[in-house]
Order: sequence, then structure tokens, then C-alpha cells
Amino acid sequence: MWKTILRRLIIMIPQLFVLSILIFIMAKFMPGDPFTGMITPETDPTRIEELREKAGLNDPWFVQYGRWVGNALQGDFGKSYTFQRDVSDIIGERAINTFYLSFLSVFLLYLIAIPLGILAGRYHSSRLDKTIILYSFITYAIPTFVLALVFLYFLGYQLHWFPTSGSVDIKYEEGTWGFFWSKLYHILLPAITYAILGTTGIIQYLRSEIIDAKAMDYVRTARSKGIPMRKIYTKHIFRNSLLPIAAFLGFTITGLLSGSIFIETIFGYPGMGQLFISSIASRDYSVITALVLLFGFLTLLGSLLSDIIMSIVDPRIRIE
Amino acid sequence: MAKKYKRKKRNHLSSSPTALQILIREFKKDKLALFSLLSLVVVMFGVFIWTYYFIDQESLMRISLQDRYAEPGGKYLLGADQGGKDILGQLIVGAKNSIFIAIAITLITGVFGIMVGLICGYYGGWIDNLFMRIIDFFITIPSLMLIIVFVTIIPKYTEIHFILIMSLFLWTGTARLVRSKALSESKRDYVKASKTLGTSDFVIIVREILPNLSSILIVELTLNFAGNVGIETGLSYLGFGLPKSTPSLGTLVSYANNPLVLQQYWWVWLPASLFILFMMLAINYVGQALRRSADARQRIS
Repeated sequence: MWKTILRRLIIMIPQLFVLSILIFIMAKFMPGDPFTGMITPETDPTRIEELREKAGLNDPWFVQYGRWVGNALQGDFGKSYTFQRDVSDIIGERAINTFYLSFLSVFLLYLIAIPLGILAGRYHSSRLDKTIILYSFITYAIPTFVLALVFLYFLGYQLHWFPTSGSVDIKYEEGTWGFFWSKLYHILLPAITYAILGTTGIIQYLRSEIIDAKAMDYVRTARSKGIPMRKIYTKHIFRNSLLPIAAFLGFTITGLLSGSIFIETIFGYPGMGQLFISSIASRDYSVITALVLLFGFLTLLGSLLSDIIMSIVDPRIRIE
Repeated sequence: MAKKYKRKKRNHLSSSPTALQILIREFKKDKLALFSLLSLVVVMFGVFIWTYYFIDQESLMRISLQDRYAEPGGKYLLGADQGGKDILGQLIVGAKNSIFIAIAITLITGVFGIMVGLICGYYGGWIDNLFMRIIDFFITIPSLMLIIVFVTIIPKYTEIHFILIMSLFLWTGTARLVRSKALSESKRDYVKASKTLGTSDFVIIVREILPNLSSILIVELTLNFAGNVGIETGLSYLGFGLPKSTPSLGTLVSYANNPLVLQQYWWVWLPASLFILFMMLAINYVGQALRRSADARQRIS
């Protein structure tokens, strides 16, 4: 078990290394540098040159790369040009928001997907099953930004059920219940949007798992012992198919990250995805590189998590 | 019961149905898939013909402030946008661009993915190892973010650049699928027999293995096409897709980023959103039907 995890961790290192080099090279190709914004007609070109020299921008690229990686490993991603603050601080604030949103999204996702998957499998090829299949087909096909916009328009602006942007109402003070509810209220619509879009995989997996399980010997044995069908579903079949479902968690994280770029931008939610888009717009390279590296790391972590859960569930994977 | 038996017997006597016959049967059985296919064909041809014969690009892009946010009906069938430009015309041109770009990306990633997949699956060895590592790498990176970064750093950015950037990140899925199929296919007896007869590797790969993968590839390419329409319009929506000179469906939807447009001028962004939704649903539905005809286990009984 530990061997598998360790080996996976070791595989991660070269991948992160290549990714960091790629990001670094891309950052070098981006036009301008931290001091371009400071140039006005009055500035002395030699002064700018001095600052560049001091920041080490004239060193050979591998020296700069080494310095960047060294600092990044210590959690120092430099300063943001637009905010004039440490990148790690800015990302830290946004990361908490994205974490809340992701947490609620995953919770809602499983809340919707698990009952639907079980129902579809249990009442296989009934009208209910066909409706659920249709639902999962539509939510699979619909692009994130279309659904998010339509929700924002109808539920936010037309019906006024949900707030249309931000993460919390400013009239509440931090630490009160009002603050907490307001925060939850703001996350709810983005989270529902994400949850609806992500359900397809789990529903289809659970459904086919349950249809297969119905013909298994252990179910037949349980039935012949006289256990009511309802109990077989909740106790026997569900328990068997639940753990592989947990393994979807890793992939869900990966999907959440790329989804957050759209969802946070549309709902004006101050998370990492929105920070990425606004940094791109303001060409804030130190923030962009840090975010891409962080997202890459989280994606790797997500697939690692999936593999670990899988190897707990299915011992055959461990040996390979 | 008896009826079923009879049909089986008849099938047994004649030859087994060809792939095309299965396909036609599958679409006949599934009316919604047939409808999706027909409407897709009509819409796609319609959009291309309309842009080339009925739309004057210059007059479409001319700004007329008196028609600013003109309501649907009247002078413009679907209203006008901020600059008084006809929404319907922009919708058609945007749809043409989106479809064209998606097709281009699908073809490039398809050809490259199939080539890599076939070579890796057939030869195995170090080349397979190399490409598998590369593919693993591509799967674990945040590709959407990297595409956006690439789009912003390229000087004199055109739609050709966009197609190439997208293709760079999107070929891996097809390559992986083709590789796994080619791997199992290359261990079959017919390949071994052909090898013993002295057939060259190239002929085995292209004339013997590839046709056996064709039905899976058609499904894969159709679903890729849907995916590419989704990604392209999404990126254009964010402002990192097609350059401003080539409007896409996503560009039209992106007007909704202005809360005023989103709230009051629904005709600016809603038709394009619905058009994207229609495209995605129809292509995916056709893809599902194709998949059923390619894979006997998934067929409706």
C-alpha cells in the first residue's frame, strides 16, 4: 500500500518539474516585466535598467529558473505587479473561497448523483430510468458557461432567488451567523451549477454497477435468505458500489478546477479561477505562473487521491 | 419467442449485416437521433451557404448607433447589439466560424492522434513508452489554463494559431484510445498471418488494422467534434478564443458579461447560447447512436 503511494509520489516529481519549466519558459515569453508598468516619460532608462539588474532579470535563464523554483518551494512566488502584495497571500485568500465553493459543489454533486444513480439502476429500463438517463445526457452535453449564464439570468436576475455576484454581503460582520448564511447563500447557485454539470459520470457508473449487481450470487443468496429487496439495495449492493464512487473524488477535483475558471468568472465569485482570468487581463505574470503551477499540482494530487482510494478498494491494482 | 427465433435464423442464413446496414437500422429505430442528424446536416449546410451567399460581411460589421439594442422583430429579426449590428447575421457568421474551427481541430487532432496511436499500439517498445509518458504528462497538466496563457502570449494572433494551440493539447485522448485498440488488434491472428506472408508493416497498419477500428473512430471523432465546439465557444466566451476579427458563437454570448445586457437585452446572448446548446445536444446524440451501432453490447434491444 505505502509502496504504491510512494511510487506514485515519485512519478509526480518529474511531471511537476517539466510543468514548471514549461510555465517558466512561457512566462519569459510574455511581453513586459514587473517594471514596464513603472515607465513614464519622466523615468530615467538607466534607473529601470538598475532595477532589472537588481531583480536578477538579466541573469541567464537557468539561474533565474533555479531562483524561481527555490523560492516557490519555500512558498514564495514573488510579488504581484498589480496588487503590490505577495502572491502567496493573494492566492491564499482566494484559495479559501475556491475551497468553500468546491466543498459545497462536491457535497451537492454526490447528493444529487447517488440517489439518481441508485434509482436508475434499481428501476432499470422503467420510465424513471429513461428520464434519469436523459437528464444525465443533457447535463453531459451542455457547456458550463451556457448553463451558468442561463441560471444567472433566470434564477438570479429574473426571479431574484439568488445573489448575482460576490462572495458575501458587506452589511454583515465577520464571525456572525448572518455572515455565514450570506456566504453560503452566495456560494449556493455556483455550487448547484457545478454539481448539476458533474453528475453524469457517477450516475452512469452507479446505474450500470447496480444493474450488474442484481444478477450477482450474493444478491441471490440474500434474497433466498428472505431479506427484503429494499434492504438488499441499501445494505448489500450500495455498500459494494459506494467505494469506487469515492474514487471519482479525485477526478471531480480535476474537473472542479477547470470548471472554476468559468463558474467563478460568471458568478463574480472571488476565487482562484476568477483571479486567473483577471491576472491574465492585467498581465500579472507572477500570479499567473503561481496559479498554473498550483493547479497542476492539485490536478496531480487529485489523480493520486483517486489511485489511492482505488488501491484501497481493489487490491489487484496495488501489485501491478 | 418464435418470431425472434425465426429472425435469428434468417440472419444466420444470409450474411451478417454490414456496418452501414446496422447504422441505418440504429438511426431508424431511434427517431430522435435521426432528427438530430438531419437537423445538424441542414443547419451546418444552411449556415455555410447563408454566410457565403446572403451575408455581406462589411455591412454586417458596420456600426449604426440609431439601431443600438434594437428589439427583435421589425428591422432586425433577432434585434441588434450595442453597436446596432444585426444579431441574426452575427449568429450565422459566428456559427460558421465555430463549426469550421471545431471541424479543423477535430481533423488535425484526429489524424495526429490516430497516427501516434497506431504506431504506438503496433510497434510497442520504446516509442510506445515515450509517447505514453508524453500523454500522461498532458493529462495531468491544467490544459485549459495553458491554452489561455498561450493565446495571450502569441503576437499577431490569428485563428490558425488558435487551431494549432487547441490541437496541441487535445490529441491525447484519441491517441490513447487508438493505441489500446491497435495493441489488442495487433495480437490477433490475422495480423500474425499477414506478417508471415511478408506484408509490410505499413500495409498491415493502414489497410488491415485501421479499417477494423473505423467504427470506433467515427464515434470518437463525432464526440470530439462536440467537445471542440464546447471548448472553442467557452474560450471565445472568456475572450481567449477566436481573435476579435472572427466572431464566434462564444463571442456573441460574451456580451452577457455586461450585467446590463444579461438582464435587459436577452436577444443579444440567448440565441447564441441556445444555438450552442442545440449543437452540443444534437452532435452528442448522433454520437451516442453511432456508438450503439459500433458496439453491439450497447444496442437497444
